Parts: sequence; C-alpha cells; structure tokens
Amino acid sequence: MAILTRKKSASKKRKAPASQRTWSIGFLTLAVAIYIFYTYIVPHSPQGFQDQIQTWFPPSALNEALVWVIAALGLNIVVGYAGLLDLGFVAFWAIGGYTAGWFMSGFFYQLNIHFGSESPKHFPGIHFSFWIVLLLGALICAFFGILIGAPTLRLKSDYLAIVTLGFGEIIPQVFVNGENIHGFNLSNGTKGISPVDNIGLFGKRLGPFDLNYKYMIFVFMAALMVFISLRLRSGRLGRAWLAIREDELAASMMGVPLMKTKLSAYAVGAISGGLAGVAYATHVNGIFAERFQFSISIILLAMVVLGGMGNVWGVMVGALLIAWVNSTGLPAVGNEINSTFNTNINFPSYTFLIFGGLLILMMLFRREGILPESRLKMVLHETDDEIRNEEPHEFISEEEAL
Amino acid sequence: MAGVTYKTRQLRRRYIERAFATIAVAGAALWLIANLIKSPTQFFEVTFTGLSNGILYALIALGYTLVYGIIELINFAHGDLFMLGGLFSAHFITLWFGQKVPSAVGWGVLALCLIAVMVFCATINVAIERFAYRRLRRAPKLAPLITAVGMSFILQFVGLRWNGSGQKIWPSLLPSGNLSIFGVRLPYTTIISFAITIPVLLVLTYIVTRTKQGKAMRATAQDQDASRLMGINVDRTISFTFGLGGALAGAAGLLFEQTRGLTSYNLGFQLGLIAFTAAVMGGIGNLQGAVLGAIIIGLIQGLNDGLPIGLGQQWSNTVVFSILILLMVFKPTGLLGKPTTEKV
Repeated sequence: MAILTRKKSASKKRKAPASQRTWSIGFLTLAVAIYIFYTYIVPHSPQGFQDQIQTWFPPSALNEALVWVIAALGLNIVVGYAGLLDLGFVAFWAIGGYTAGWFMSGFFYQLNIHFGSESPKHFPGIHFSFWIVLLLGALICAFFGILIGAPTLRLKSDYLAIVTLGFGEIIPQVFVNGENIHGFNLSNGTKGISPVDNIGLFGKRLGPFDLNYKYMIFVFMAALMVFISLRLRSGRLGRAWLAIREDELAASMMGVPLMKTKLSAYAVGAISGGLAGVAYATHVNGIFAERFQFSISIILLAMVVLGGMGNVWGVMVGALLIAWVNSTGLPAVGNEINSTFNTNINFPSYTFLIFGGLLILMMLFRREGILPESRLKMVLHETDDEIRNEEPHEFISEEEAL
Repeated sequence: MAGVTYKTRQLRRRYIERAFATIAVAGAALWLIANLIKSPTQFFEVTFTGLSNGILYALIALGYTLVYGIIELINFAHGDLFMLGGLFSAHFITLWFGQKVPSAVGWGVLALCLIAVMVFCATINVAIERFAYRRLRRAPKLAPLITAVGMSFILQFVGLRWNGSGQKIWPSLLPSGNLSIFGVRLPYTTIISFAITIPVLLVLTYIVTRTKQGKAMRATAQDQDASRLMGINVDRTISFTFGLGGALAGAAGLLFEQTRGLTSYNLGFQLGLIAFTAAVMGGIGNLQGAVLGAIIIGLIQGLNDGLPIGLGQQWSNTVVFSILILLMVFKPTGLLGKPTTEKV
C-alpha cells in the first residue's frame, strides 16, 4: 500500500540488489587483498610506514572489528529484518564466550577430555577443537534465544525490548557471581577464564600472535554470516521477517506464523552472537565477566542503525567503522591533533559525547543509515512529505511497523 | 469443534498460569515468614529500607511513565537526568553554599536546593524534548528510542566531566542517627526522604488530576490529534510533561545525594533501569502503577539484599529482572495496566 501511494519515491531510480555471485567475488578479493597487505607488504615496507599502520590500522584491531561485524550481522537479523528490538544482545555474546571458556581451556581442571584439539594431551580440562566449540556455542545460544524468546515474543515491541534488556543484565550478573553457586564454580567470577586454547588449523596450533591466521578465520566467519543473512533474506523465511517488520497484523492475516518466524529470527541472531562470543574469547585469549556490559548491546545497535538497518553491507560498514573508532581511530586521531596543535586533550574521554552525538545526528538527519536498504528507506521517509497536521491514520500502521 | 479445543486450551493455559502464580506467591510468603521468625527486628528494618528505596524509585519511575504515557517513548536519558540532579544538588549544597553539617541554615538551603534542582532538571528535559524528540514525533518508533540512547550518552558525558570518573562522597545535611521503635531502628534520613517524597507525589497527583494542564496531558496521551482539534496546544503539553518528569528526577537526585551521600556519573543508568522496570511492572503509562511497581521493586531489593535468608546484594539485579520477565510472561500489561488491542 505504501509503495503504491508513494509514487515519487517509487519512481526514483533504484540500484539493482547486489547479485549473489558478485558479492562473494568482491568480498573474497577485498579479504585476500587485506591479507596480502598485512602478511607480505607491511613486513617488507619501510619502518615509518609500518609504524603508521601500527598506529592507524593495527591487525589486532582489524580482528576485533571482524568479531563486532559477526555479532552486528546477527543483531541485524533480529532488528533489521524482523523488526524486533533487542537490547540485551550482550547476553548471547557472553554465553558464546563462556562456551569457549568451558570447552577450550583448563578451567574444569578435574576433567581431562580432549577432542580434536591441538593442545597437548596431558593438559587437564576440557579441550575441544575451536570448530566444535563454534558449533557448541551456536547451539547453546540458539537454545537460550528460544528459551527467552518463546514466552516473551507475544509482547509488544517496547515490552520485548525491556525483557531482552533484563535478560542482558541477568546473564552477565550470573557470570560475575558465578564463582560459587552452591559450591560450584561456574565462571570463575570476576577473575575470568584465561587462557583459552589457541585455534588449531590443519594440525597447526596457532599462537596468540598469529593475527593473520585469526584474521582469515574471522573473515571466513563473517562471510558465513553474510551468506546466511543474504540467503535467508531472499528465501521464504526472510520475506516473512520483512513482512512482520512492516506490519505484524497484516503478515499474520496473510498466513505468516508469527511465533515461529519471530523465534527463528531470534535463534539465528543468537547463533551469530554465540559465534562472535567464541571468536572474541580466542581473540582476547580469555573471557572476563565484567566486560559484558549494557554498552556492548548499545554499541551493536548503533552499528546496525548507523550502517543501515536491514542492509548487510551497511551493517558491515557501520560495524567496521564504529569498532575502529572505538579501538584505534579515536586515540590515533586525538594524538595526531594533539601533536599538530600542541594541545593536550584526552580524546578517548570524549567517547560518550561522540557516540551520543553521532546517534542523535544520524537519527535526526539520516535515519536510514550510511548504506540504506531501499525498502526500509521508503518506510522511514514516508511521513516526511506529509503535512504534519494532516489526517495521520493512513500511515499509522507503517509507523508501528518498526 | 475447533472452537471448543481453542477454548479448552485457553482455559488450560489460564489454569497453568494461575497455579504457577499461586506457587510463586506462596513461595515468596514462605520465605518472608521464615525470615520474620528468624530475626523480626532485622525484617522490619529491611522492609523500611526497601520502602524508602521504593519511594525513591517511584520518583524516577514516574518520569518514565509520564513520558511514555504521552508519546510512547522509553526515555533512556531519564536515569542520567536523575544522576545530573544528584550532582547539581551536591555542588549546590556543599560547594556553592558551603553547608556540610545539619543546621537550621542547612534546612533552608535544602529547601532552596529542592526547588533549584527541580527547575534545573526540568529545563534540561524540556530542552532535550525540544531539540531532539520533537522532530522525531512522527518517525518510526526506533528513531526516537535511539535518540534517547544517544541523549543518555551525552548526559553521561556531562556527568563524567562534572564529577570525574570515580565515585565522590559528599557530606549530608540530614541528621544521622536512628529513631528507635520497639528496638527497630529507623534512620532519620529515610524518614525525611518520606517526608519530602510524599508531598511531591501529592502535588503531582493534584496537577495531573485536578488542573487544566493535567487534563490536557491526559487528553494528549489518549489521542494527540483529537486533543489538537479540541484546541489543546499539544507541543506545549508534551513539553510540560517532560518538565514535570524532569522535576521529579531532580527531586530524586537530591534525595539520593543527601541520603546516600555519593555521586557517580554512571549511577543514572543502573537506577534508571530499575526505575523503568518498576514503571513497566506497574503498567507503563499508569501513574499509580509506577508508584506501586517502584515500591514493590524497592521492597524486593531491600528484602533480598538485607534479609538473613536471601540471595544477597550481588544477585539483586538478577532477582529484579527475573521477576520482571516472569511478570511480563504472565501479565504482559503490568500490574495495573489495561490490556490494549492493536489498532489496524
């Protein structure tokens, strides 16, 4: 209905959606180019250039950004595709991280279980292969996603947001206090679980500083998430998600099973949160309960919104950008400005201001994000050319679609 | 046939829900009785602390519920407004007026500060509404919500600059010591916070139910367009609501600063979250519900943190949010909220 009545926006030239084959080639080329750049070009370039790379684009920051990409792509499925606001995504990240902590370290020292792991056989604890732990993390997170989703997805959007928020507060607190639950040490409390096993790759045990290998693995995981997102979106399930996002009532009238569709969005989102958690645990070589704060959920949401809700590439750009600004961009820019203008401003302390300002300005002036999804853009700007005091009931259902 | 099975399923569902709720309430009652028998004085002291916490939460929760009731926005920045209120009061009393101990002058300064901090927070809230939320009133729901999160960050930044990154301890103008009734010690600070909060709540009730402005607020909450047709200045009414919510947050900030004697830039988030939970628990948009929910949450927290048989303070949030989730599952509209049907 909205599309038919908005002739102006519909007649605008729209880009054809990225074809399934071209994206994989482009993605692969870019990933390989970055890999070659870091493995072959940087070590053989002059020292000054190497230093520049270390301050502006260190490989570890790149890996961390990729972890954020994986999680943000999952949140994009929940928020961007299905239109369910999730403010507790950090819970899945934490659960995934602790899955790695439990199954990839010497934490349960009473046991000695090895399965496909490259770590020496005499090490106590549970040592599973990284790939199996990925699978486990995904499964456990999907289980929790369904567990929290099943009773609460009946709620209206704001209430759902609050329940997810509560869930995102409970899970980290369980891990923070999990040192002694009736004498059982679940999570080692604030001390955290460290170190986590290194990733085994083709019989080779990667050291903690094999950043290039980790980069490859994380890129592969991100590509997997992109693949899953794109394929699901064009499939039956994805179209059902979009229908729910735009009008839940209409979708259910058309025969979309609301609960099943919403739950699957939740489960898929949770899976990617779990993958990101496992990846993050191997990235920082440990898992620490106090890192899982509400701000992670908000930063992920900011990535999705800033990049362009519903558009995989937009979310990816948003995630890379914000992760970079957070980890290296802000301090590096700050140092540059301080040394040029001979000032002494502590730039990272402005994080709050910059983030807050960015979110507000984006919402006021470019709601659809950096790389908008064409369909969502129409919905978001539908009300712009209406005269404000005009009869609003025509588009109330579109407003509530989000 | 199909109708019958649907009906029986509904009935069965309702029975299961009832049974579950009964078990939960019975368990809670049992727990309370066990604690009461174990140490009665502690039980009453803790209950009183819980009540005074609850009434503080009520002041913040009312701000959430007022704003939600009128424009259906979860104002995430509200908790941080409370934090700024606390900071303002600390600076006003201790640094600008130099009051450090309870005295007659101190009471005057306290009263002055209550008015000043209410005006301060109301102004900020109105300004936020004017510059950010107003432009997004017709936008999809997610847009103002994210703007609110952004505002919360900006207010936290202001708090960080003003207060520094750690906690700061401030002297209190309220008399220390306890009122002892049958061996139960009730601190003067909590009694005074009751004495400040209850009149504020009464004034709020008066404004909302008896004045013309309150009537305009209720009308706008029901239907913005219809009230505009009736000659109500909707923009001004919404601004007024934000001002009212801000004033309450300011009063809460002053109370918190004076009773606990500390300020911290990230305090607003934690308390705001709990207050919001309280608002949802009572049925968001419902003023009595917000107060009821806040008192219940304050009690739950106080009892859980302070009773000899309990999970203890480190599980406080888990308990509160678990109860919230259970309540949402069984009674999604909150305790006093009315069920709404979705309009097509």
